[in-house]
Amino acid sequence: MKRMAEALPDQKGHFGTYGGRFVPETLIPALQDLERAYSAVKNDSSFQKELSMLLKDYVGRPTPLYFAKQLTNHYGEGKIYFKREDLCHTGAHKINNTVGQILLARQLGKQRIIAETGAGQHGVATATVAAMMGLRCAVYMGTEDMTRQEINVARMRLLGAEVIPVTSGTKTLKDATNEALRDWVTNVRETFYVIGSVVGPHPYPMIVRDFQSIIGRETKAQMMQREGRFPDYLVACVGGGSNSIGLFYDFLEDDVKMIGVEAAGLGVETSYHAATLTAGTPGILHGSYSYVLQDNAGQILPAHSISAGLDYPGVGPEHSYLKDRGRVTYVSVTDDEALEAGLMMTRIEGILPALESSHAIAYLRYLMPKSSVKDIIVVNLSGRGEKDLTAITKAFNQSRTSERLL
Amino acid sequence: MNRLVARLSALRAERRKALSLFVTAGYSIAEETVPLVIELVTSGADVIELGIPFSDPIADGPTIQASSEVALRNGITLERTLEMVKQIRERCDIPLVLMGYANPIFKFGLAEFLDACKHVGADGTIIADLPLEESDEYRMHATKRDIASIFLVAPTTTDERLEQIDRASTGFLYCISVTGVTGGRKALAAQAESFLIRARKHVKSNPLLAGFGIATPNDARRVAMHCDGIIIGSALIELLGLPHNSHRLEQASAFVRAIRTALDS
Repeated sequence: MKRMAEALPDQKGHFGTYGGRFVPETLIPALQDLERAYSAVKNDSSFQKELSMLLKDYVGRPTPLYFAKQLTNHYGEGKIYFKREDLCHTGAHKINNTVGQILLARQLGKQRIIAETGAGQHGVATATVAAMMGLRCAVYMGTEDMTRQEINVARMRLLGAEVIPVTSGTKTLKDATNEALRDWVTNVRETFYVIGSVVGPHPYPMIVRDFQSIIGRETKAQMMQREGRFPDYLVACVGGGSNSIGLFYDFLEDDVKMIGVEAAGLGVETSYHAATLTAGTPGILHGSYSYVLQDNAGQILPAHSISAGLDYPGVGPEHSYLKDRGRVTYVSVTDDEALEAGLMMTRIEGILPALESSHAIAYLRYLMPKSSVKDIIVVNLSGRGEKDLTAITKAFNQSRTSERLL
Repeated sequence: MNRLVARLSALRAERRKALSLFVTAGYSIAEETVPLVIELVTSGADVIELGIPFSDPIADGPTIQASSEVALRNGITLERTLEMVKQIRERCDIPLVLMGYANPIFKFGLAEFLDACKHVGADGTIIADLPLEESDEYRMHATKRDIASIFLVAPTTTDERLEQIDRASTGFLYCISVTGVTGGRKALAAQAESFLIRARKHVKSNPLLAGFGIATPNDARRVAMHCDGIIIGSALIELLGLPHNSHRLEQASAFVRAIRTALDS
């Protein structure tokens, strides 16, 4: 196990058999340029200094590690902490990565930024940093997601970004990513594509992971200060997998159990879920080899989740590797479980979590009964839930339990 | 000798430009693909590329995307595409190339796919999202079975890479004429020209066929001046999708004849 994380990905961008670079030739030179630029800035002190300053003064890092006393009392076992990525500027962890990538874009002299977005958090984070750096920005978003995350659409437009509606296929994150890739294929010379998760062709899964790994590094230091030891469990939701890899990465070689929580939608036994690692098989989507939801003919299947940010039939290649190695346990919770957990969190901790993060919280009902009083659990609270007010209200209004809950 | 290689070298000897036509298997009507291909061959095609539909075709513009969606709704799979190749092969000896995306082919199995290509009489394969770096196994299986493994190069491809890809490609080298996805565009020939002149300098092993965006006889003629042949997809597919148009095949045929005439003039 020692040093396994350090060496990956390999030269070709592979995590074991996963990852790689499965894109049209037009993009290969741009990916090679990006790889070179990234390895140059990785050890460049002025770049790193500027990044650190922005993360501190603009994003608001380090984010707090909050001991959730009420939730801990509710379960009566263990100690539950939340890593408060919801307190980042723009309301989610996504901006850790967009700050880094847009600094890279500037380094490469690109004047135009594009991004895909599901929940809109990555889109908002990209539009925000692009505004601050004076770069043009276009964000691709499925029309279904534009409806369920309308607040974020308005925010992106306010920030001066062009939100381009995607009506093809499932009208969600998968198709928004297809369209962003087509835009990049067409405008690759002047455009920088800011990918929002640890997915896509090499070097993106590595770059996004590195920029998000600050979550785990801070958690480690904060945990040592608070408890004098590492936590026993890390819990985070997994769509593409950026907040989870961000929390896990620095702990991969430590004696810490890790749980990635996928979206089971209406149930993994139905065809309405987004539990790629739980129920998918290896395949190629959006430029890398990883677990995907696909049929027997290799066509990508539509995913479903109440959470737009998890509603994706793929997952980052490093997660596929960590799953096969048995290093991280991947589980799933349903739409209803996530909604209930989010509501409970709001009522007893006074924190409204994003629907994505509610999936991680929801798994506590399974984890806590198995844990002991001494166990320390850190849950990544990847984003805040204001963006989901419409979707949450609608879901509770439709549900039979609405009276009891609201 | 591989039918594709033989045809392209015969054309070169005759100093004629190759015309390769792309159609999505099973578009717009599943049963129409085989008679359509026969019609295209009669109208002057030298090579037929049959597209294997995929749910997420990231290299394709709106026309081929839409044709792929229709084909998938028509129940077209890789197996059924191979079956079409077999039916075409029973009726003519046109060089046939299968073009698709990596996932359906990997799901089928690379070796199994190339075995099946050999069995049904396909002569070459193009995998749009399988670049040189990921292609070792694919090339090995293709070479073993004498199936051409055709690679793409783009205006963004560096000189050094052009040479590397030329060495790896067999059958021909597919030149993406302008940076972008498939489909027609304005001022194509002027943009394509500089890239094709550069490609010509660095490509030694393969015939150069240019595609992406060629839509008119004039495009065809001008682009072909700088390469060994041209590939037309979207412009042809647009003619096949016109709803309730019972003259689809005749119109496609007339279009191909016009392109052929422009190339031979």
